[in-house]
Amino acid sequence: MTDRVPIQVAVNGQRRAGEVEPRLLLSDFLRQDLGLTGTHVGCEHGVCGACTVLLDGDAVRSCLMLAVQADGHDVTTVEGLTPPGAGDALHPLQAAFHESHALQCGFCTPGILMTMIPFLQDHPAPDEREIREALAGNLCRCTGYQNIVEAVRLAASRRAVPTPAEGARG
Amino acid sequence: MKPAPFAYHRPETVDDGLALLAAHGAEAKPLAGGQSLIPAMNFRLARPAVLVDLNRIAALAYVREEADGTRIGAMTRQRTVERDPLVSRRAPLLAEALPHVAHAQIRNRGTLGGSVAHADPAGEIPAVLLALGASFVLRGPGGSRTVPAERFFTGLFETALAPGELLVEIVIPAMRARTGWAFVEVARRHGDYALAGVAATVTLDDAGRCREARIALLGVSAGPVLARRAARELAGELPSDKRLREAAGAASAKDIDPPGDIHASSAYRRQLVAVLTRRALATAFERGAASGAEPGP
Amino acid sequence: MAERYVGARVPRSEDARLLTGRALFVDDVQLDGMLHVAFVRSEHAHGRLRGVDAAAARRHPGVVAVYTAADLGDYWKPGPLLVPPPPIPDLIFHACTQVPLARDKVRHVGEPVAMIVAESRYVAEDAAADVIVDIDPLPAVVDLEAAMAPGAPRVHEHLASNLAAHVVQRTGDYDAARAGAHLVVRRRFHYDRGLSAAIENRCVVAQWDPRAEELTVWDTTQAPIPIRNGLAAMLGLSESQVRVVAPFIGGGFGPKIMMYYPEEVLVPWAAIRLGRPVKWAEDRHENFFATTQERGQVHDAELAVAKDGRILGVRDVFLHDTGAYDPYGLTVPINSQCTLLGPYDVPAYDTEFTAVFTTKPIVTPVRGAGRQHGVFVMERLLDIAARDLGLDRLAIRRRNYLSRDRFPHDHHILFQDSGPLVYDSGDYAPALEQAAGLIGYDRFIREEQPRLRAAGRHVGIGIVSYIEGTGIGPYEGARVTIEPSGHVRVATGVGTQGQGHFTAFAQIVADVLGVAIERVHVVTGDTREFHWGTGTFASRGAVVAGTACHAAATKVRERIGEVASRLFGVSADQLEVADGRVRVRGTDRSIDLGALSAQSNPLRGAVRPGTEPGLEATAYYGPDRGSTASGVHALLLEVDPETAMVEILKYVVVHDCGRLINPMLVEGQVQGGVAHGIGNAFYEQLVWDANGQLQNASLMDYLLPTATEVPRVETAHRETASPLNPIGLKGVGEAGCIPTGAAFAQALEDALADYHIEITEIPLSPDRLFALLQRTTPERRNLVVVEGDFLFHLPRRTVWDALQDPALLVRALPGGMQLERSGESSYDGLMKVGVGPVTAAEFTVRVTILDQEPPVRFGMVVDGRSALGFTRGSAQVTLTEGPEGTTMRYRAELQIGGRIAGLGQRLLDTASRLITRQGLEVLHRELATRAGREGPA
Repeated sequence: MTDRVPIQVAVNGQRRAGEVEPRLLLSDFLRQDLGLTGTHVGCEHGVCGACTVLLDGDAVRSCLMLAVQADGHDVTTVEGLTPPGAGDALHPLQAAFHESHALQCGFCTPGILMTMIPFLQDHPAPDEREIREALAGNLCRCTGYQNIVEAVRLAASRRAVPTPAEGARG
Repeated sequence: MKPAPFAYHRPETVDDGLALLAAHGAEAKPLAGGQSLIPAMNFRLARPAVLVDLNRIAALAYVREEADGTRIGAMTRQRTVERDPLVSRRAPLLAEALPHVAHAQIRNRGTLGGSVAHADPAGEIPAVLLALGASFVLRGPGGSRTVPAERFFTGLFETALAPGELLVEIVIPAMRARTGWAFVEVARRHGDYALAGVAATVTLDDAGRCREARIALLGVSAGPVLARRAARELAGELPSDKRLREAAGAASAKDIDPPGDIHASSAYRRQLVAVLTRRALATAFERGAASGAEPGP
Repeated sequence: MAERYVGARVPRSEDARLLTGRALFVDDVQLDGMLHVAFVRSEHAHGRLRGVDAAAARRHPGVVAVYTAADLGDYWKPGPLLVPPPPIPDLIFHACTQVPLARDKVRHVGEPVAMIVAESRYVAEDAAADVIVDIDPLPAVVDLEAAMAPGAPRVHEHLASNLAAHVVQRTGDYDAARAGAHLVVRRRFHYDRGLSAAIENRCVVAQWDPRAEELTVWDTTQAPIPIRNGLAAMLGLSESQVRVVAPFIGGGFGPKIMMYYPEEVLVPWAAIRLGRPVKWAEDRHENFFATTQERGQVHDAELAVAKDGRILGVRDVFLHDTGAYDPYGLTVPINSQCTLLGPYDVPAYDTEFTAVFTTKPIVTPVRGAGRQHGVFVMERLLDIAARDLGLDRLAIRRRNYLSRDRFPHDHHILFQDSGPLVYDSGDYAPALEQAAGLIGYDRFIREEQPRLRAAGRHVGIGIVSYIEGTGIGPYEGARVTIEPSGHVRVATGVGTQGQGHFTAFAQIVADVLGVAIERVHVVTGDTREFHWGTGTFASRGAVVAGTACHAAATKVRERIGEVASRLFGVSADQLEVADGRVRVRGTDRSIDLGALSAQSNPLRGAVRPGTEPGLEATAYYGPDRGSTASGVHALLLEVDPETAMVEILKYVVVHDCGRLINPMLVEGQVQGGVAHGIGNAFYEQLVWDANGQLQNASLMDYLLPTATEVPRVETAHRETASPLNPIGLKGVGEAGCIPTGAAFAQALEDALADYHIEITEIPLSPDRLFALLQRTTPERRNLVVVEGDFLFHLPRRTVWDALQDPALLVRALPGGMQLERSGESSYDGLMKVGVGPVTAAEFTVRVTILDQEPPVRFGMVVDGRSALGFTRGSAQVTLTEGPEGTTMRYRAELQIGGRIAGLGQRLLDTASRLITRQGLEVLHRELATRAGREGPA
């Protein structure tokens, strides 16, 4: 069965259907089949974290999953952090990144945002060590991470990301 | 870096999975969390002709306590195990080691059973389960069998799993009273494969002497290794600095013949094993002494 | 004009698009009917290319075309020399530039050999495996000294040796300085290769529009305009027919300025030829070979000092690894040469380098671009001299700084831009004092370190100075337009890779024009918007393009004056511009700049002779020479000598890049640079074996620092304005990573003072540090070596005969399938080998037996090839008969190449030992069965 497999994935709250070759990576499905190019691909071996998305609310590497494995699941990408048509309106975590100058080239940023959303849900008041360990699965070559840490602290101080008990996810 | 083509199956029961493996024989490869297999496929180092995806077998994801210990379904995600209160009570060594396994995004997909079956020589989970005296329930077309960790890890990425068999459950025996534990490793960066690591449990008698030590080393051999000579050095002993150093020295000099690679020479790995074994034992003795006479912490 | 924006921490205007995933990166470009490319690349570092058989790949379903060098016809030609060497007397330079697809010879692993165009990248990669590349291997050229030894294999055979360039620059009389010195410190220093490692790999998309006869190319380049000009010339199109867009670029760090990469030349050509859009997206594995790299140098340097630590002179002779080709000229080694002088008064400087061709990927500038080598050498020499003279590390630096009254300071040697090395301005000593204060130098040395040492802790401090030549020519331009809406549009030619140019340029223009920054929109990196300029490199974007923006905005402001003075009938000096309006001073007469713009572009009536319509101006800025930024880095780190692991506890940067446009952006540049520098110091190293195979070709084994390795960086700014441009700017892009290695080395030595080690190399690693602490020479793992003894409880003759029997041997080989005698002393075989996750690959094997001396010893040569890579090696086997049986002593040395070499290092040692052991055990069992005896104990 190398034939194409029909799949249905709820992406950013919308039901998206596709027919995929089993070998198609979830990252390629999101970017190429669905045109959601905010999810970036940096290494395709699970180290850089640029392709991180939420699968049923948990951060995962979309380059280490087959699209067919997402069948029947919920996927949230960076595009799902702000409602469609919101223009430059930002999610509070995104706003904290902007204010803290937590991005330069911005290529790794979507993956970092998608890692930090569930992290902040689990750690509403993280210390610097916890933030840095949570960030360690995302590579950034531009910032030296310092302002990313600042942004996450800022977002936490504002309770920018509600815990699951407090509200809907991401 | 895209995978080569393969045929894909996603059984929903263990029996269906076994049937698919039987039908496709050596061509088929089970897919658990995929956090080691899919990168190898992206590099085209792994080119399985048939993938049998176990992720839809819901019956293999659980953590429960039974009379003989903690039972964990093979497809339970590492992150679920890491956060499970039962695991942190009953198998604190596992809970302590799991945050060292790569990163949260990997552990959200990676499964406990996948790491065991993959048997990476630098993997934390195989060494921890070896130190804990865990055993593994394997199911094949002819039924189930249980293999203790000592006999399960047989070589470089090699295990006692026969062709067509699946690992379905990990059984971690309850820790005896006055048992301490420790996990330490040295990795280049947080989440990297360890250059060397030690998972240890030490059970003490009423006088604080070592009744039994299980010291599992990772990253220094073809698979996880029990440092038996180091353990013998400790039998009946109090944890003096001298005694710990001797035990650690035995682990480093006698229990292993570590490989060298671009990250660590064989000599450096020996040094790390000596240092880490000593540190792990010191912590384990301390925790053992602090724990009560009741089984489990 | 009130300055409101320049100097302020203005948040970036480009962030929203990047944060929401809307920003366009090249790989995001998706076009109808787009085809995808994969390249077949050389697995060998050096070899003759005998042939490329692409027939099977061409037949692969979904493949549209396969091109080899032969298919390119006249389009095949070596790339241009990008930077001609400066006019230094007696300079030797041999230009050997890269080719689009290898022909006749391959010169590094990863050099492209064939291009596959298919309906998807997946299919293109499938077909790549079908291309048969016949390469006859030649010895690799890896080590710089060996490359220059007589008789070394030559990378470019038309040259007499591997010498790519030889440059000598001298100022003052070093020999006299040396003769009069109290102390001469002489050391050898090594600096090894690393990656730029932008998180975005390279990508090229090209589309030919046959109706408009226009080619559009999206390219991850730092230099879109030169790419456009070059492509137009190569493809025989006019420049206006080619549009090159460098949209958002996911990090540059130097290699994205290299041109023209083979892929950049081939993708547009294929798009025109095939009449369909074509995309090539480099993957991370390719990036280790296909994108340029930097940093390999070996210096023999000496420093002559007076008793009080005053520098009398420096001599430095070094080798520079330029890789397989040298399209970027001498930029990197000349940077090393010039930056070595640092902020110091060096009366005599004798510097000489030899650039060397090697069979490794091409070297072009990577963030720092050779500067860190010079800083490392000089700062280390000063540290050693201070120690030998009993001087404090700060004291020796203070004694030698150029004082504030010495500028402009001419060093009387030539810089990489071909101009004289002249420092424009600087004020070095206060920066040192400030950094020492921030890190707490005195208190640490006096109180904390003795206390920590007494407690058995190894904490050390490092503090070093550096300068950075920035903002060089030739020029950049900008066009500023006030639109009728009142919005201001700024177009420049530089590409941008995250530096914040959109915001920095808007700050400059908004201040000149007196408009709110929200009204200023900057476009960069699109040749349709602006098509004169060179690119973003050498820490020059903000300085050169920023000054051009300033000049263009100033001209627009003059235009505002002209148009408004006519409108209001007043002289220009009675006008003031603020808040987006121009107003007659002291009156309520005013007009919005947008309305003024509309009036200046009338639908009726005439534009007066000698004037132009609209409020628009273009201006260029070309500095005669660069401006010299400077700074001091200081850090505290702790070493665990038992594990050789290092933790950085505190990091301070005092930085002077002249006038600051936006301190927030400057701090970001510094912090990122420090992270890169820490990577170079302790984590990142490309490890090549003697055969030119990269041993860590993945991000699992090439270690980029993460958030847990990079410390918080405390930054302080000093602003010594440059006199060379109106704002007083100097560059900052590379500053963070230039002195990091030197500071790290000094702190490490200090922490380990009781071990008395000396650090003369970068990068270090825990493994290397362990070897230094043990006083052992490092193992250089070039080959997989398997050796050991094995006892057969059998007579020697039996064992010997068995070893001659292919049918028996095949059972001992891992995955042995067949082995047949193919000649007098050779066997051909087929075996299937896999380990763990690696699917067993079929190896075709040829074994040739040599030096046979029955029944005592023989040697053999093994040559194996598979889709995963190749193995070549030799083995010696000796049989000794003893009372217990026959002892076989074996030693095999294997070269491993191809994908398994770069990805499987972690397992090779264990795997090869196991395979050998298992094979011998099988052999023994077989023999024992034959002999009817017991197996081994």
